[in-house]
Amino acid sequence: MYLMPQPHDILFKTLADPTRRAIFERLCRDGDQTVAALTARAGVSQPAVSKHLGILKAAGLVRDRHQGRQTHYSAQLDALAPLTDWTDRMTRFWERRFDALEDLLKRMDQ
Amino acid sequence: MTETATETRSVVIERELPHAPEKIWRALTQPHLIAEWLMTNDFQPVAGHGFKLSADWGAVDCTVLDVEEPRTLSYTWQAMGLESIVTWTLTPTPNGTRLRMEQAGFRPDQTQAYNGAKFGWQRFLANLEELLEREA
Repeated sequence: MYLMPQPHDILFKTLADPTRRAIFERLCRDGDQTVAALTARAGVSQPAVSKHLGILKAAGLVRDRHQGRQTHYSAQLDALAPLTDWTDRMTRFWERRFDALEDLLKRMDQ
Repeated sequence: MTETATETRSVVIERELPHAPEKIWRALTQPHLIAEWLMTNDFQPVAGHGFKLSADWGAVDCTVLDVEEPRTLSYTWQAMGLESIVTWTLTPTPNGTRLRMEQAGFRPDQTQAYNGAKFGWQRFLANLEELLEREA
């Protein structure tokens, strides 16, 4: 219904977890990584790392690529755009609210 | 560009509406009407009154700053770590009202300050920016 905040919300929820954020930062900094390589430095178990990667993937923040028996993960920095173009998003939000306000004003005549 | 303009960003929406200012004022200030076009709320047209705008995705915390019926209404707008000021201005025209909404006060650094203290966002986004600069 309110288009504006949802992408923000998903990004916030996804990156609010410190372990998950650290994994994402590592992918940003060091490029493609396998689950095993990420696990070696994450300080949590491999299933936990896989779970975090799944959540990051669902939010569009990482992409996976299968190579042989390994899965490589990479960061998708474009997914962070909603955090940076705040004024564009607010403009779209208010345009929609103005449309709704105009509808209401018409109904108030009746 | 003035110094202020470079330091803050704002969003301005302006529309000519074929309705009297008094009627638009009601839509902007009566809670059941605000709910029809904006969000559910406990608004009161009283300076200093704190209120919440609520939606399924969360809430916006607001405080009424200025009420000059039926010309000007402003309130603070705090959501997701960003604080700004929303100002409504109603100007009568021959055919109705020119309604202007300005949401002002975003500093460029605020886009990096989302929940900064709480989640270490500032450091996170600073790191990220550094990386992006290096890639460019």
